[in-house]
Amino acid sequence: MVDIDGLNSFEIDVLREIGNIGAGNAATALAKMLSKKVNMHVPEVRIMDFKNVPDVLGGAEQPVMGVYLNFEGDVEGSVLLVMDEASAHILIDMMMGRPIDTNRPLSDIDLSAVQELGNILTSSYLGALSTLAKLDVRPSIPCLAIDMAGAILSVPAVEFGMTSDKVLFIETEFIEGADNVRVYFFLVPDVDSYDTILKALGVIQ
Amino acid sequence: MPQLIKVGMADLNIALYPDILTTIGLGSCVGIALYDKINKIGGLAHIMLPSSKDIKNNSNKAKFADTAIVILLTMMLENRADKKNIVCKLAGGAQMFALKNSSANNDILNIGVRNVAAVKKVLEELKIPIIAEDTGGNFGRTIELYTEDGGLMVKTIGHGTKII
Repeated sequence: MVDIDGLNSFEIDVLREIGNIGAGNAATALAKMLSKKVNMHVPEVRIMDFKNVPDVLGGAEQPVMGVYLNFEGDVEGSVLLVMDEASAHILIDMMMGRPIDTNRPLSDIDLSAVQELGNILTSSYLGALSTLAKLDVRPSIPCLAIDMAGAILSVPAVEFGMTSDKVLFIETEFIEGADNVRVYFFLVPDVDSYDTILKALGVIQ
Repeated sequence: MPQLIKVGMADLNIALYPDILTTIGLGSCVGIALYDKINKIGGLAHIMLPSSKDIKNNSNKAKFADTAIVILLTMMLENRADKKNIVCKLAGGAQMFALKNSSANNDILNIGVRNVAAVKKVLEELKIPIIAEDTGGNFGRTIELYTEDGGLMVKTIGHGTKII
């Protein structure tokens, strides 16, 4: 696991850059999927106490959508993509080509569409890692859950919790026309994988 | 008016009658509710991991089943709870995501099951009976412990609300 407390500002910059390119890949994939132009804000790397993370999504009891997968290869770990319910609704409605209505109940087709979207976003995000660091990264089939923010976010919190009381994540905003959706990526490399990534990027010897 | 006392992730606290203890959004974490019905004293811990012994950075004692329960019990006894009256109710320990064809980090994904097992072991060692539990599954839970009668309300999204 990452010892977040031990990261220096340069290493955080590297993570930001991976996040930046990963989110850029994800935006491109999203644009292709929607056949629309998608802009994004420069992603922000955030490090905070895991206790406070659910507040970013409106509180621990707020329903959120999470897509989780793990990856193997030269590096191992997991990625969790989280967005609030409204953002998920907006993305689903965009994909389905219908007017945006965040109160619409989600059908099974909507859910499988959003799982596929999560798959594409997380895989393209992860693609930055393999391209930049020239590492073999093989993602698993993703899994979807819609539940309380606290419960979904406990997954990366436990993974980070092995070494730290903090969590590192990347916040990105995608903008399409008048709509914007905020997406959070939690990339948790495994014990030794973090060093492998930094070495492959030439950050550490 | 009873006060609502919040217990965060990797946190614990006690309450006296008529206050209510709550912890929000338990996923794989486990909420351990201790209650002394004679003295109407409640205690609630929200643990994340089974054991402080497996981990180097273990300074936050409320994070682990083995250390949190002992601290919670001590706090209650210091506030005139009587050990022989104390019973326990459990909630949480879910598996939020289940990956197919993946062995890589199953240890992490099934942490909920391991948390519940670790909690039960500690309670057995302390000879505290578990009188009710709502654990496992694949969904999150919010709980409230009422010091008035020891009722534990379990709220979910899409899996109902009940008092155990």
